[in-house]
Amino acid sequence: MSELIEISTRDVMPAEKSVMLLQGIPSSRRTSENVKQLFLLARSMLGKFVQPVGIMKDIPQKTFHDVYKGQSFNAENTPVPEIARHADGLALFAVTLGRGVHDKINELFESKELALASMLDSFASAGVEKAADIVETRFLESLTARGIVGKGTVVMRYSPGYCGWHVSGQGKLFEYLKPSRIGITLRDSFLMEPLKSVSGVLIAGKKEIHVFEDNYPFCSECETHSCQERIQALLGNT
Amino acid sequence: MDLLQDISLALQEGNCEKIEVLVRQALSAQVFPKDVLDRGLIAGMNVIGEKYKNHEIFLPEVLLAAKAMYKGMDVLKPLFLKSGIPTLGRVVIGTVQGDIHDIGKNLVAIMLRGAGFDVLDLGKDVPAEKFVEVAVKEEARVIGMSALLTTTMSAMKEVVERLKKRGLDGKIKTIIGGAPVSADYARHIGADAYGYDSVNAVEWIRKLTAQS
Repeated sequence: MSELIEISTRDVMPAEKSVMLLQGIPSSRRTSENVKQLFLLARSMLGKFVQPVGIMKDIPQKTFHDVYKGQSFNAENTPVPEIARHADGLALFAVTLGRGVHDKINELFESKELALASMLDSFASAGVEKAADIVETRFLESLTARGIVGKGTVVMRYSPGYCGWHVSGQGKLFEYLKPSRIGITLRDSFLMEPLKSVSGVLIAGKKEIHVFEDNYPFCSECETHSCQERIQALLGNT
Repeated sequence: MDLLQDISLALQEGNCEKIEVLVRQALSAQVFPKDVLDRGLIAGMNVIGEKYKNHEIFLPEVLLAAKAMYKGMDVLKPLFLKSGIPTLGRVVIGTVQGDIHDIGKNLVAIMLRGAGFDVLDLGKDVPAEKFVEVAVKEEARVIGMSALLTTTMSAMKEVVERLKKRGLDGKIKTIIGGAPVSADYARHIGADAYGYDSVNAVEWIRKLTAQS
């Protein structure tokens, strides 16, 4: 059965550093007065327009592999199935910041308030990741409460569109999870509406199961290698 | 002359109110609209582009300057109604199908407009056939494609192949950008160029349009 997760506005309010990084501003740089004003305005807009909510559903290994297979467009060899194989718990999840902030960003772009639109977009991008973090925590708490996992277990999320998991995987994920209950729909191209939404699989297990090297064939096409940052953060090396 | 410099400076400050007043002042002083555009607004955006390239300023300052640019253009537009605003060429730009990441693409569009190109921004999640159809219909000289996901970058190849199939490669140039792509990937799929950032993309598009 799927579980709806209420998330407070306060909990998705991102740190200044995360927003500024998405704006391309390193934390070592002082921001101009104009940028500070934009930041404050966008923050108050996020507070006004955001309606964060999440949904998650425990799934067995078999369901995971069916969802992951999607439409069979994944890269040949990918890390996520192997990680899932060693999992103590699996769940599908989706979170969204809601339609309000999505519409506000579009409205600002259309009225050529580009800087404010972009700042609000960065707030929302950082905010929806915080919402996904909260769902990870709730999943871990739920597994712990049920005695399924103990100390030393961590939860990490993996999403279609990354690490060789083809974006068409969203189709199966939506079939099983039904995130339309929280207002998320899927376009023909498998992108979510509202855009500030995150979906994927939560994998609970020992830290070690999440560690992999970025030497898969598809990694050569990726310039960010952000998986490694996540792994290092997990291992406490950052 | 000072008035044009003031316009450039106001644009760099992102001062929309000031730029509107200054552009009107320049026109009242019989400065040619084309000079206001080239030596005021575009000159200002060029400085912004350089500063951005050198990490002296960042995305928000570029976007504030872009807004000021649009304010100035709004004043000039009616004066170019007959001939149209002079441009360096038309560029169709978009984020490829399956991808919604568009900040980089938006920035390239802004920089291109600031450099004097006519930009048709198709937005995000754009199917390959739409890139080609619009470019043909609107007589664009360049198609610019952006992707952030490794799983969507193959859509860029489809656009290049569709152009080839229709015998349009060479006539309509292609440039790609985005985190997962590279100059090697551009060569691999037969794209004409790879822009590693917005300023570099504009430099490449200048070269591509000068060739064709």
